[in-house]
Amino acid sequence: MTATGGTWVKSERQLERERRRRRAGVRSASLASASTILCAVVVVAVVVSSPGWPRVHETFFNWDEFAGAFPDVLRGFWLNVRIFLIAEPVILAAGLLVALARGLRNPLFFPLRALAVAYTDVFRGIPTILLVYLVGFGLPALRLQGVPDDPAVLGGFALVLSYGAYVAEVFRAGIDSIHPSQQAAARSLGLTRAQSLRFVVLPQAVRRVVPPLLNDFASLQKDTALVAVLGPLEALRQAQIHSADTFNYTPFLASAVLFIALTVPMARFTDHLAIRAERRRAPGGGT
Amino acid sequence: MSDPLLRVEGVWKTYQAQPVLRGVDLDVAAHEVVCLIGASGSGKSTLLRCVNVLETVDDGAVFLEGEDITDPGADPDEVRKRIGMVFQSYNLFPHMSVLDNITLAPVRVHKRSRAEAVEQARELLDRFGLADKAAEYPDRLSGGQQQRVAIIRAMAGRPSLLLLDEVTSALDPELVTEVMGIIRELKDAGMTMVLATHEMGFARDIADTVCFLHDGVLLERGPAEQIFAEPAEPRTREFLRRVLASRRL
Repeated sequence: MTATGGTWVKSERQLERERRRRRAGVRSASLASASTILCAVVVVAVVVSSPGWPRVHETFFNWDEFAGAFPDVLRGFWLNVRIFLIAEPVILAAGLLVALARGLRNPLFFPLRALAVAYTDVFRGIPTILLVYLVGFGLPALRLQGVPDDPAVLGGFALVLSYGAYVAEVFRAGIDSIHPSQQAAARSLGLTRAQSLRFVVLPQAVRRVVPPLLNDFASLQKDTALVAVLGPLEALRQAQIHSADTFNYTPFLASAVLFIALTVPMARFTDHLAIRAERRRAPGGGT
Repeated sequence: MSDPLLRVEGVWKTYQAQPVLRGVDLDVAAHEVVCLIGASGSGKSTLLRCVNVLETVDDGAVFLEGEDITDPGADPDEVRKRIGMVFQSYNLFPHMSVLDNITLAPVRVHKRSRAEAVEQARELLDRFGLADKAAEYPDRLSGGQQQRVAIIRAMAGRPSLLLLDEVTSALDPELVTEVMGIIRELKDAGMTMVLATHEMGFARDIADTVCFLHDGVLLERGPAEQIFAEPAEPRTREFLRRVLASRRL
């Protein structure tokens, strides 16, 4: 035992406690690995022993098909990535603007507010694939000057319309979740309504909605495949072409692997942000 | 005297290389009321959190009714069933009525029947003058009322020890009295309590034993009259002098 208030030398009791914690840690780690391996073995055994497995193995897990289709699918996937990278910032900006428009109080801006409400109602209600069809085939049919006819651009625009509505609602929920006392404190300092929104409420709201936003983006990454129905050569379309040649579905698996490779890092990043926020709130955390 | 109800033995706690508790020893007998006094950051709250197993101690041990609750094999949930804790900021659940706040633990943790829990809750509310607030939601109550509900909530699990962490610090002076009243009633009913407090008058009035913490060390402990009248430690004297001076302003 150490002297009260002196320098700290770990007592025998604490050392023993730490030894026991380490042993418990080793025990739970081995328990976790054992149960994981067991689960994996059971799943594999059930799948492999199913009557249709040889057939499925041939049509979905054919290595030669995979290797043959992969370069084309990868090239197509690059288009998915580009659609995503361009659509995402546009969606963020549009969603934020719509959320802000819904919060406008000035009667002069009533039409804007009504428009924002109508927009979220309508575009959250339409299935995304339907929207891709409507925009992809409907817009060019208008034959307006300056409307692009590239199916990838039109498909991306449809995704922006659909996801913008979702993201607007996420932002609005974030803004509503900041306690009114924050607004009151900001206004009491003489900040205008717009200023308190800009400097006090929004920074807190945005931080709070980052996890749900990342969730929407993981969803958006996959939904870029919906653009395939318009015909551009993205990953899913390339896989379709290959499998139509040989009646083998392995190319679909190749595109699935690519989509997973994109969304998994995103999911881990979301977890990382959540843990960091948690740590900041814990006692003794940086304030 | 038999074994103490609570025994804190050489407890160390460090936050990011910053020692907050440096070998604290403390015994609390059944039915004893102990007040922890000391400046902000002296470790009062951390000590209470260690007793409630909200923090794991870095060294030393805490015994509740003779059982080592800092043992890695001890179940914190089982320990907390026997300890009530009240926080400075009330921490009532805003989505539940007063009655639901109070009956949550008796029903879900202590597995009492809902009827029994409700009856007990109404009895407590009645006893502490809040009978008409049972259906109210916390946001509609004053700070003093919320804190009284929080104390009742902690008592509803029939704990053998009650920890009170600066329970009056967030309250207006005229509301402090009503919260102190309820604590005094609990003392008269024989409740064992450890309070961290800045209210020296109250500490002097209610405590059997007063402990002065300074920089994570329990510098001095003794009967309330002695600590306030003739503290042995110069640092205690200095602390009390400053507190008194600030009151005069």
